[in-house]
Amino acid sequence: MSGGSYYVPATSKWPVLGSLALGVMMIGTGMVLVHGRGTLITLVGLVGVIAVMALWFRDVVLESRSGLYDAQMDRSFRWGMGWFIFSEVMFFAAFFGALFYVRTFAVPWLAGEGTKGATALLWPEFTAHWPLLSPPDSSIAGPTQVFSPWHLPLVNTLILVSSSITLTVAHEALKEGKRKICRNWLAGTILLGLTFIVIQGVEYYEAYAHYGITLQAGIYGATFFILTGFHGVHVIVGTLILIVMLFRVMRYHFSPEDHFGFEASCWYWHFVDVVWVGLFLFVYVF
Amino acid sequence: MAPKVPPQPTLEQSTTAAEAGHGHAHEAPPKGIMRWLLTTNHKEIGTMYLIFSLIMFFIGGIFALVVRLELFQPGLQFVNPEFFNQMTTMHGLIMVFAAVMPAFTGLANWMIPLQIGAPDMALPRLNNFSFWLLPVAFGLLLSTLFMPGGGPNFGWTFYAPLSTTYAPPSTTFFILSLHIAGISSILGAINIIATILNMRAPGMRMMDMPLFVWTWLITSFLLIAVMPVLAGVITMMLMDINFGTSFFDASGGGDPVLFQHLFWFFGHPEVYIMILPAFGIVSAIIPAFARKRLFGYASMVYATAAIAVLSFLVWGHHMFVVGMPLAGQLFFMYATMLIAVPTGVKVFNWVTTLFRGSISFEPPMLFALAFVVLFTIGGFSGLMLAIAPADFQYHDTYFVVAHFHYVLVPGAIFSIMAAVYFWLPKWTGHYPNVRLSQWHFWLSVISVNLTFFPMHFSGLAGMPRRIPDYALQFADFNLVSSIGAFMFGFSQLLFVAVIVMCVRGGKKAPAAAWGEYADDLEWSVPSPAPLHTFETPPTFQRPAH
Ligand code: HEM
Ligand SMILES: [Cu+2]
Repeated sequence: MSGGSYYVPATSKWPVLGSLALGVMMIGTGMVLVHGRGTLITLVGLVGVIAVMALWFRDVVLESRSGLYDAQMDRSFRWGMGWFIFSEVMFFAAFFGALFYVRTFAVPWLAGEGTKGATALLWPEFTAHWPLLSPPDSSIAGPTQVFSPWHLPLVNTLILVSSSITLTVAHEALKEGKRKICRNWLAGTILLGLTFIVIQGVEYYEAYAHYGITLQAGIYGATFFILTGFHGVHVIVGTLILIVMLFRVMRYHFSPEDHFGFEASCWYWHFVDVVWVGLFLFVYVF
Repeated sequence: MAPKVPPQPTLEQSTTAAEAGHGHAHEAPPKGIMRWLLTTNHKEIGTMYLIFSLIMFFIGGIFALVVRLELFQPGLQFVNPEFFNQMTTMHGLIMVFAAVMPAFTGLANWMIPLQIGAPDMALPRLNNFSFWLLPVAFGLLLSTLFMPGGGPNFGWTFYAPLSTTYAPPSTTFFILSLHIAGISSILGAINIIATILNMRAPGMRMMDMPLFVWTWLITSFLLIAVMPVLAGVITMMLMDINFGTSFFDASGGGDPVLFQHLFWFFGHPEVYIMILPAFGIVSAIIPAFARKRLFGYASMVYATAAIAVLSFLVWGHHMFVVGMPLAGQLFFMYATMLIAVPTGVKVFNWVTTLFRGSISFEPPMLFALAFVVLFTIGGFSGLMLAIAPADFQYHDTYFVVAHFHYVLVPGAIFSIMAAVYFWLPKWTGHYPNVRLSQWHFWLSVISVNLTFFPMHFSGLAGMPRRIPDYALQFADFNLVSSIGAFMFGFSQLLFVAVIVMCVRGGKKAPAAAWGEYADDLEWSVPSPAPLHTFETPPTFQRPAH
């Protein structure tokens, strides 16, 4: 508990600038979506958000390195990161929940199953299948076929699972003070992350070009893209975080005992990995 | 088992930096507006939250008065139905997300570090970020009223497809502003949890924490668990609107009912987010003015936790008429009724604390007592609504409006007012003006009942909610409601007057402003609390019984 040395920064301009930048970015995004213009505003906001985050984290790193933080501060960061990841878990839970609901209830009901089957009156011809290749209304073109889980998705699963392992090796090396080994395994992890992103990009291309899996392809396309899309964004963010960590390892920022920044990145990466396993099982395999 | 001895903190070390001659001197804070923009101090940020919430309370209140003005008489007099819909929607959104939630967060900011003996919040910069997101979010939300096609008009619950296929173009901005507000809530909650778990004074165990701290700990957990789900569901709306997905569109295999499940999975815990901190406040105030220890401290903690757990399992009670398998209806009906048990434990504990107390009726106590009575009325009407077959009748009538206003206005909002009166001496060093506070209380309590009690009757008689016109037989009830609403609205100017006067001057308050039974750690620091407190952690000691 508190030993009287808890560091409370006097003032900081990043929070207020950050919220301003986020506001600009949101207004820009809204304008692009509603009015079809405002890309520049969005970009200014985005650059602002990224700049503020970079400068804010820079302050934290500098404070940490100048020894301003005590063990209690370390625990604050741990709780903070832990609960943040929990919030992310719940974010994905909403999308998984939507997927399960649609598969177990909504689609069968549309085909007349159970007490709520009255909705079958809307589209009498409709038969329930998952993956839903032919949505109820003929105005919506479903996917022509779906991905076999045993090709690219399996490759990506192996990549991401092994990246968790390589990251753990890097972390263990850091704990033993073997900085170079840590650096190499971390670099390997980043490479695996980048490969995953590329493969996911290829798959998206395939989806649009050859499979008819699009955002507009009914509920299959919608759940497919919202789950894999947000996961993909998280892999990109996670990779960026790991790249920052690589630079910090190379600059001797971490000691075997004191490296929560590194550890937090590991937590985040493992979380992204676990989400992918869920995705692989429920979006691709079953 | 022997009853748990309630905590009686004592201080071993002095509290302010000046007194303690503590190491690092503070630079003078920046002047003027910059001080508020850049601050990392939990008291200043708490004050900003509270002022923001008060402003939003009036803005949301004006929207409500527009609604009540139109409903004063049957027929359409003042506004057109499109604008009426925007007013009901904006009223609900602003009151929930911009008035009640930030008010509780502001109280948390001010009081939790003081109550647990911490120098500040665990992550002070993040704290400032959480606050400054709010003006951005709600500035954007309010601006939608001026956009082509008007602002959100689909009710604060924004059911799809009203909020997707049939929504005004500004809905995209509404979604984005809600995202910003959600980020603010999540980050604020993470900060509060980290503070409570990590920053307690040495010696203070979890079961020594004041109940306001406990209830906020559990509220933060609810926030972190359900705000991301809200973010998820509005993201799906955004996709349906702008990218042609069919999450809530049956023609593509989706389901509008999916929206309701996701929304209420967030929505029901959300109503507890707005009431659990109120329970904590009332549990602090009643013992102080009944001059007795709180009855059943431990059971209060367990009841709060039980309510939080159950709140994840009852969302279906908002959807009885949507069409749901019978097993689902039965499950949600019984699970909802189960919540009445821990809630009842709380009411029982408050009443028992009052029993044989030597009660006095200072302003905070007046509001706390009104809370106990009127919140309980709201709880009972909730139980009526929980009965699935009965709810087929009540749903979407003014009876529901009566229910949730009883739990939210004389519930959540009265508790916030009680808290303000209770802690104003600590914030300003002065007692609030008693006469004016009493006027404020009596006018509020009378007008609140004038406004909302008749809604039970018009609702039971079948008056639908969210409709600008109504059948003639509801005219008298609505007339009374509208008069009450205007009375309530204008009475709140007294609240502002009391606060302003209290900041400016008034009877001086000592450190322990409310006597020996208000003895949590915050009453050990001087009144007004200096900008920095507990920089050297106090040693918390349980009484040696
Ligand atoms: C004993 C506790 C409670 C029970 C059994 C209960 C039950 C219910 C039920 C069944 C409904 C749905 C009615 C309908 O739409 O037909 C409802 C609506 C509502 N309740 Fe409660 N409730 C309780 C406590 C609370 C509390 C503490 C709050 C907030 C502080 C609250 C806020 C609301 C709101 C805002 C709605 C209406 C949402 C809307 O449709 O706009 N309730 N309640
Ligand atoms: Cu509910």
